[in-house]
Amino acid sequence: MMDAISFTLSDFHVLKPAIVLCLFGCGILLTDAFLVRRIGQRWLNAVTALVGEAVVAAVLLQYLPDVRSAGSLTGLGGSIVVDGFGVFFNIIFMLAAALAVILSARYMEAEGEQRGEYYALILFAQAGMSIMATGHDLVVLFVALETMALSFYVMVGFLRDSKRSNEAAMKYLILGAFSSGLLAYGFSVLYGISGSTSLAAIGEAIADRPALDWIMILALITTSVGLFFKIAAAPFHMWAPDVYEGAPTPTTAYVSVASKAASFALMIRLFVTAYGSVAEAWVPLLAIVAVATMTIGNLAAVTQSNLKRLLAYSSVAHAGYMLLGLVAFSATGLRGIAIYLLAYVFMNFGAFALIAALRRDGEAAEELDDLNGLFGRAPGYTILMAIFMLSLTGIPPLAGFYGKYYIFLALLGEGYYILAVFAALYVAVSAYYYFRVIRACWLGEAAERPASLDMNLGTRTALVASGVLTVLIGILPQRFIDLAGESVLAALR
Amino acid sequence: MLEVTTSHYVVLSTLLMLIGVIGILIRRNILVLLMSVELILNAVNINLVAFSASLQQVHGQVFSIFVITVAAAEAAVGLGILIALFRNKQTVHADEIDLLRW
Repeated sequence: MMDAISFTLSDFHVLKPAIVLCLFGCGILLTDAFLVRRIGQRWLNAVTALVGEAVVAAVLLQYLPDVRSAGSLTGLGGSIVVDGFGVFFNIIFMLAAALAVILSARYMEAEGEQRGEYYALILFAQAGMSIMATGHDLVVLFVALETMALSFYVMVGFLRDSKRSNEAAMKYLILGAFSSGLLAYGFSVLYGISGSTSLAAIGEAIADRPALDWIMILALITTSVGLFFKIAAAPFHMWAPDVYEGAPTPTTAYVSVASKAASFALMIRLFVTAYGSVAEAWVPLLAIVAVATMTIGNLAAVTQSNLKRLLAYSSVAHAGYMLLGLVAFSATGLRGIAIYLLAYVFMNFGAFALIAALRRDGEAAEELDDLNGLFGRAPGYTILMAIFMLSLTGIPPLAGFYGKYYIFLALLGEGYYILAVFAALYVAVSAYYYFRVIRACWLGEAAERPASLDMNLGTRTALVASGVLTVLIGILPQRFIDLAGESVLAALR
Repeated sequence: MLEVTTSHYVVLSTLLMLIGVIGILIRRNILVLLMSVELILNAVNINLVAFSASLQQVHGQVFSIFVITVAAAEAAVGLGILIALFRNKQTVHADEIDLLRW
């Protein structure tokens, strides 16, 4: 039976963030072509994008009271459900996109690729992610995922004359398209199993099945592998270091933070809502992948000499910790993932903001050695860098601590003692390479022509805002923890 | 006369997907890699249409149209990036694209 197709005001209401983003994206393309290009002040596109982010923030604020009182807002025949979980992740995407825009204005100018399309792509990617966090239907989720991914492929390859950027984009596209294909294959099998594309109906159909048979295993494996690629979990992480190194640095920051958050949102939705009843089948699989991911990420990061590559492997390791939150499969574990991802926005963006500003004779300087003696030249920013590194390690009282804390708590609560021990040991390994960065800043012997920080107002704002929030979440965590806890309860409902 | 059932289609699509996966893993020409991705997406379409027919529903067919659209967009972006890469490097061979490696 097909329902009559009608588009009502409530459908419009749940789609507002995506609609606003697409309108502003198209608006940037048009104003860039007809207005901004003539004036020659192309940073104005960044301002338009920031206005778009402000409007999205207003929409999200408007959602909050409704979501608190009604639990969720449904639209498009149940395909889109705006609940606390969706709003929380939308806040993460909004913050990440705003920081990416601010950071890009100076960086793209310096690289000579200041174009309106870039800012439009940031917004289009965010539109896709917004739906990824609120979608409850396979078709919607697949199209949203691809909207995000296609925008990211282009953004990674945006430095058209740079071989590294081209190469990173090509690798990202092939492996990304490959993983999307596997994920879509899993989706098609899920549709076959349940006869529906709605996640809730699929969950019921799977719960009613007597046992795990080969077709269920096929669906589980293809969807899991597809998502492991997206979050850069071992052994499907090999694209991450190459893409992080080759892409323009603000894009690297945006991809590492936002795409990871969006993929985790999709993963939590799928595993909790659709696969909740077969948890005994996927929990061991996820546990093995999580341990492998932490091992590879942490050990490979130790030997890196390129800062972006180092942070890429560290982000692989972080994905491993977050996966452990899903392994625990409890409200505490999921709350850990949510607060982890929120903290990750600020600490990772902060670190990348400093790397984006680091230049020698106009060329981007991205090696660990380029940080040598930075404390003598820019003490304030170096202290911020140290804060980001300590937060990434997970040292209290900084933002990065609470994600790990709740995930460890969840592991212990569910009786996964060995996994908790592994995770704690790897924190010690990660401390080694994060402290290498700090050591270079303070004790490194400055080169003859040292790299300096090339900043404008935007870069400074991004750096200081990230630093302040990293410390603020660390010192006054209760509000943020409550928000995260509220959001995951909505996902578990 | 053997009747073609849904499971035949699923076996066909699984094989097609595996061919695509093996293609990604062992072939080195980027154009062939892009074709392998298309094979996987077409396996998805076979699945969706077969399930749609056996369930007597239209949802699967609608999904497959979306998959085709996404595949077209992916090919467009992929070839665009490949052209940019080829202009800079004059190669479509994955082994020669090796600036980024540890």
